[in-house]
Amino acid sequence: MYKEEILILRVVVRFMMPFIQIYGCYIIVSGHLGPGGGFAGGTIVAASMILYALTFDVDRALDKVPHKHATMLESLGGIWFMSCGIVGLLLGGNFLANGQIGVPLGTPGRLLSGGLVPVIYFGVGIKVAMTIMSLYFSLVEEDR
Amino acid sequence: MRIILILAMSISLGAVLLLVVSEMPEYGCPDSPVRNEVAMRYIEKGVEETGAQNLVSAILTDYRAFDTLGEVTVLFVAIVAAIAVLGCYSLGRTCPVDEEGD
Repeated sequence: MYKEEILILRVVVRFMMPFIQIYGCYIIVSGHLGPGGGFAGGTIVAASMILYALTFDVDRALDKVPHKHATMLESLGGIWFMSCGIVGLLLGGNFLANGQIGVPLGTPGRLLSGGLVPVIYFGVGIKVAMTIMSLYFSLVEEDR
Repeated sequence: MRIILILAMSISLGAVLLLVVSEMPEYGCPDSPVRNEVAMRYIEKGVEETGAQNLVSAILTDYRAFDTLGEVTVLFVAIVAAIAVLGCYSLGRTCPVDEEGD
């Protein structure tokens, strides 16, 4: 439609995309070290893809992340969370137990610390990102 | 008449709420009931027991992880509902409403 008229927006978005996505991934990965976590980081990653779909075209965004894969990864994020809980049951503790079942906790402040906390946040991040993206795709596809 | 009734109800509700708020303990007051042994346990032993430096994350995904699982389920149900309503347009299917014509 009006693709040629928004050249500045397209150039800026193309430049900003990797930074936004790396920032989102950083917030997901370092959720146990500072402010942030799966919910906030997943939203930032999804916002970058929505920005891409708004600036370029929904079809090009759907080429990058197909709607089917988004819904599948969204369910896998939930299954990942529950598997982390079942690990606690298999090792003889409570559902979603972390320290009491002997998961190595590491030194507080390092990236590999916290036992199951970053593992759970990874699944939550994937789930939140894919939820928001597939919600956006579902809403946009109605108009076509 | 209706306006008077609405005004009376709003004012009485607001007065009750203000009374309740005025009885609340001050922010950061050491005698407040939320400063019980649960919060002190999180602050004193949270880092040691979970290994996570961020106490909010430690509570969210360790002490109260079952609650977070509920939040994730809410997200899942939300997207299932959205796809159930709008999904006939996506994934390459034709909507039964569109097939009927008009």
